[in-house]
Amino acid sequence: MSLGQMLLGLLETQPRHGYDIKRLYDEHFGRDRSLHYGQVYSTLSRLLKNGLVVVEGVEAGGGPDRKKYAITEAGVTDLADWLGHPESPQPYLQSTLYQKVVLALLTGRPAADILDLQRAEHLRAMRELTRRKLDGDLADELVCDHALFHLEADLRWLELTAARLDELAARITESQR
Amino acid sequence: MTAPEPLLSAKDLHKSYGLTPALEGASLTVAAGELVAVMGPSGSGKSTLLHCLAGITRPDGGTISYRGRDLTACSDAELSALRRTEFGFLFQFGQLVPELSCLENVALPLRLNGIRRRAAEARAAEWLERLEVADLAAKRPGEVSGGQGQRVGAARALITEPRAVFADEPTGALDSLNGERVMKLLTRAARESGAAVVLVTHEVRVAAYADREVVVRDGRTRDLAAAI
Repeated sequence: MSLGQMLLGLLETQPRHGYDIKRLYDEHFGRDRSLHYGQVYSTLSRLLKNGLVVVEGVEAGGGPDRKKYAITEAGVTDLADWLGHPESPQPYLQSTLYQKVVLALLTGRPAADILDLQRAEHLRAMRELTRRKLDGDLADELVCDHALFHLEADLRWLELTAARLDELAARITESQR
Repeated sequence: MTAPEPLLSAKDLHKSYGLTPALEGASLTVAAGELVAVMGPSGSGKSTLLHCLAGITRPDGGTISYRGRDLTACSDAELSALRRTEFGFLFQFGQLVPELSCLENVALPLRLNGIRRRAAEARAAEWLERLEVADLAAKRPGEVSGGQGQRVGAARALITEPRAVFADEPTGALDSLNGERVMKLLTRAARESGAAVVLVTHEVRVAAYADREVVVRDGRTRDLAAAI
């Protein structure tokens, strides 16, 4: 997660205090885990050091919450760069699961059971996300849908692998000779 | 604690079409009010299993018990009465009568059960409302979209307040967004009315609306919950 850019995004519309940033973050992105104040202030001090934010004003009194932070030109550019670059597609679980399947075939264990086990676990997660989606608002729905589509892609791979187990087993047997 | 009496229980079903086996020892139990997804590759026998459970197709072997009653021993007339009064159906395509309005289509199962037009149509209007398609009441099926048609179909499947709804690829002809809408409304309405749903689908995101999944492979069933 790019917390720096997330905070820059929250600061772009207007300068804010640290607690205001945390509140906004939790409201939009904190569904699974809310942000700790410590994370907010350590990130802000990093952004400050890199010239991506400045302290716009300090109210009377003590404590870090008295500072109001504003995004700089460099901060806006940094945020635009981050938003303008695609994320690298993650290889999720395939590599580990492939290793398990191959090991099962090598050691004479039922590889189909490993795939079924994973399938059941994936479907369980999908049911949970679907329930969350049904009980939630549009933001929940969009967040859950993203996860659901990824799990669906994994499941397609599981199905395809299950359909090709015999082929894979034959190749492994061949290579052991 | 004893397990609740199953609503529907099929054991060791066998069915062949000519020399081609479709089911080779499939078993499935559905509890009252439960949503079970039946999944599997094309040609695995999942639709045949659904048709056997719903009393549409007679299996060559095995037993099917519905609320303690042996469906394989029922006459065609008894099965037909059961389908009309206790079961609801939702298929992928075209179960709506094109000459009737959406309201009349939804009212049809009640009319066939001898309920007067006015009362049947008043209930149909309520069900269209629950499926969020009340504005389509006067339209003919040819004038509504695929997703809207399936919601009208779902209203029709549920209007008799069946104990079991059999849905065969209900979202198969819909895009993702409309498929999601149909599933959301269908499952909510089924849960509210306490109907069990047997849902045949090859889409995992659709299956995720169910409480449990059963996979059919080569005519045999595997309960994935048992895999864990």
